[in-house]
Amino acid sequence: MPMTLYRHAINRALNEELANDENVVIIGEEVAEYDGAYKVTEGLWKKWGDKRVVDAPISEAGFIGMGIGASMLGVRPVMELMFFSFAYVAFDQLINNAACVRYMSGGLINCPIVVRGPANGGTSVGATHSHAPENLFANMPGLKVVVPATARDAYGLMKSAIRDNDPVYFMENTLLYGDPAAASDLDDGEFTLPIGSAEVKRSGTDVSLIAHGRSVLVALEAAKQLEEEKGINAEVVDLRSIRPLDEETILQSVAKTHRAVLIDETKPFCGISSQIATTIQQEVFDDLDAPVLRVTSIDAPAIYSPPLEKEQVPNARRVVEKVMQLG
Amino acid sequence: MPKLSDTMTEGTLLKWLVKVGDKVGVGDPLAEVETDKATMEMVAFDEGTVGALYVQEGSKKALGEPLAVLLEEGEDLPEQPVTSATASDENGEAQSTESITAHVTEAVPLPFAGEGRIKASPLARKIAAAESIDLSRIAGSGPGGRIVKRDLEKAIDNPASGVARVASTGGTSRLTTVSPKPSGSGDQRMMLSSMRTIIAQRLLASKTQIPHFYLHVELDAEPLMVLIKQANIAAAENSNKLTINDFVLKAAASAAVAQPKVNASFDGDAIIQYASVDLSVAIAVDDGLVTPVIRSAQEKSILEISLEVKDLAQRARAKKLSPDEFSGGTLTVSNLGAYGVDSFDAIINPPQSVILSIGGIVNKPVVSKEGQIVPGKRMNVGISCDHRVVDGAVGAEYLAEFKKRMENPASILV
Repeated sequence: MPMTLYRHAINRALNEELANDENVVIIGEEVAEYDGAYKVTEGLWKKWGDKRVVDAPISEAGFIGMGIGASMLGVRPVMELMFFSFAYVAFDQLINNAACVRYMSGGLINCPIVVRGPANGGTSVGATHSHAPENLFANMPGLKVVVPATARDAYGLMKSAIRDNDPVYFMENTLLYGDPAAASDLDDGEFTLPIGSAEVKRSGTDVSLIAHGRSVLVALEAAKQLEEEKGINAEVVDLRSIRPLDEETILQSVAKTHRAVLIDETKPFCGISSQIATTIQQEVFDDLDAPVLRVTSIDAPAIYSPPLEKEQVPNARRVVEKVMQLG
Repeated sequence: MPKLSDTMTEGTLLKWLVKVGDKVGVGDPLAEVETDKATMEMVAFDEGTVGALYVQEGSKKALGEPLAVLLEEGEDLPEQPVTSATASDENGEAQSTESITAHVTEAVPLPFAGEGRIKASPLARKIAAAESIDLSRIAGSGPGGRIVKRDLEKAIDNPASGVARVASTGGTSRLTTVSPKPSGSGDQRMMLSSMRTIIAQRLLASKTQIPHFYLHVELDAEPLMVLIKQANIAAAENSNKLTINDFVLKAAASAAVAQPKVNASFDGDAIIQYASVDLSVAIAVDDGLVTPVIRSAQEKSILEISLEVKDLAQRARAKKLSPDEFSGGTLTVSNLGAYGVDSFDAIINPPQSVILSIGGIVNKPVVSKEGQIVPGKRMNVGISCDHRVVDGAVGAEYLAEFKKRMENPASILV
């Protein structure tokens, strides 16, 4: 069965949506003639031309603002950030305008924009290019935040994001783009996946490993090691969407296994896993047989040294160790 | 409030023996405290000057609650809004004491805070509540000894362990399940003393958790009465007057050597059979009873037992027993003969397995060996047994051994 890589799955979703809706446009740095810095938009400019796939200057505040303004008038822009780390340049647009305009206009203006790009560390590109800022954006009412871990989820969620009438910030991962472990069989035709729905990627009975993005693959690897080396049967829950958050799937899993380890590439302070931990203890306290533990990025700017950075972001060994701490 | 007995959860401060400004050294008495069983002296753990007394005489405090503060030289009294001096002003006393306690709880470190806290996961607590399992009897296998789900599953899967299922009436704060008729005019509502609370808790637990059964035998007390009369002719000279009860205690201990299975406790997954017969003697005191212990009673003579039980009874009534004198018994004797009771069935004194219920000696017609109806002096003796430990035949053998000794009292005289 032919497997589709993560980057090709997004490319296919973009191509299909460009075909489905003439209002869909792609804007970003080097998305057109260069086929995208990570080749996610490969071939789209050639096929759809200058009006639909547009190269932007190195000016995030400017072109993101342009996209948000266009979306308020009915265009459905898919904006690429070469790194989500560059979102901070456009923060006023991304937060004050995109997140708030529907509320500020009393519901008269909506903002059907997608802002997408890689949001990950672990590649030795330095602290200013290695942010995982999903917690910052998920903190803002009015925004949707999606972090797919597999090609299949990236495809289905990208199509839903483009069709969604609210701003959706779609966080990808440079390490997943070409990773065979994230590739999927996409031969079953066109489909969408609903935003706000988590998925149990591996069913288990002893502990719930709750993760999103590339951490899902880390959790799956850890689950394999736990089973083979420790006889522990871990369940892996992939959040897929940070906001809206599928609390029901999380709570059902924890109520079943009674133990939870949260894996999260954001920094530990006010991370995504902090939010999930509080939800778990609040809703299923009496079902817990152990404290909720977390594996996050170590609390420091992204470390440039490759061997150190591999330890800074969550990895399977750290997850296994954390599970064993549950006792 | 320090822990002055192994079962106390609160104590009543009866009397302060120091006042503000007194200098005290380690071991100096600070106050008299009534625990669940006795009145104890609370002594200073440290030296210093009494800075404040937070608790009024007569008030009841939970373990770990602050009672007073000792100051080092040059140390100032911690910020407190009220001390005992102002606590007795015209504003309702109980109320101001409450507010002091609430305030000082934060300021003064609590030496006993956290002691006795059972570490268990929320899930373990939920399961324990649903299954009426006493978590204090479960060993935790989680980090730091935390009780987790698997520990309870183990306990539930192994019913032989018994794991001390708590009475479903539960709770230490409220011991009744059916509300009594409300008190009206002329009725009295008397709050439970520490002792009554403990009696209520322990005997409720005993009667609901221990499968009791009862045996009775009537024995011929005539030889005993003759012997006591003779023995006391000599005893009168040095004032050591022997009583019926002294012989009962000696016979109870000696019979337990002959049938040691009654001198035992149920311990979840095992039975502990004790080498020594430590005899608990039920003694009525004001507002309750205590059961001081005659250690190694099997090794003691009638005279030693007689002297010891008199001393224990006297100090029990004065509430001057120390906790180690009324804990750790292995077998109990309850004698209501002096109250004119013919026969009764006592409730087992947990964690023991057997209690003897001794009735009074009654003059009654009996059929002699020769088939004649003759006047007799008879004593009815009952035992209550924990069937988890003692079976009917074992209980009967013990009772027969007891009877044999009582009917041949010279055999236990030396």
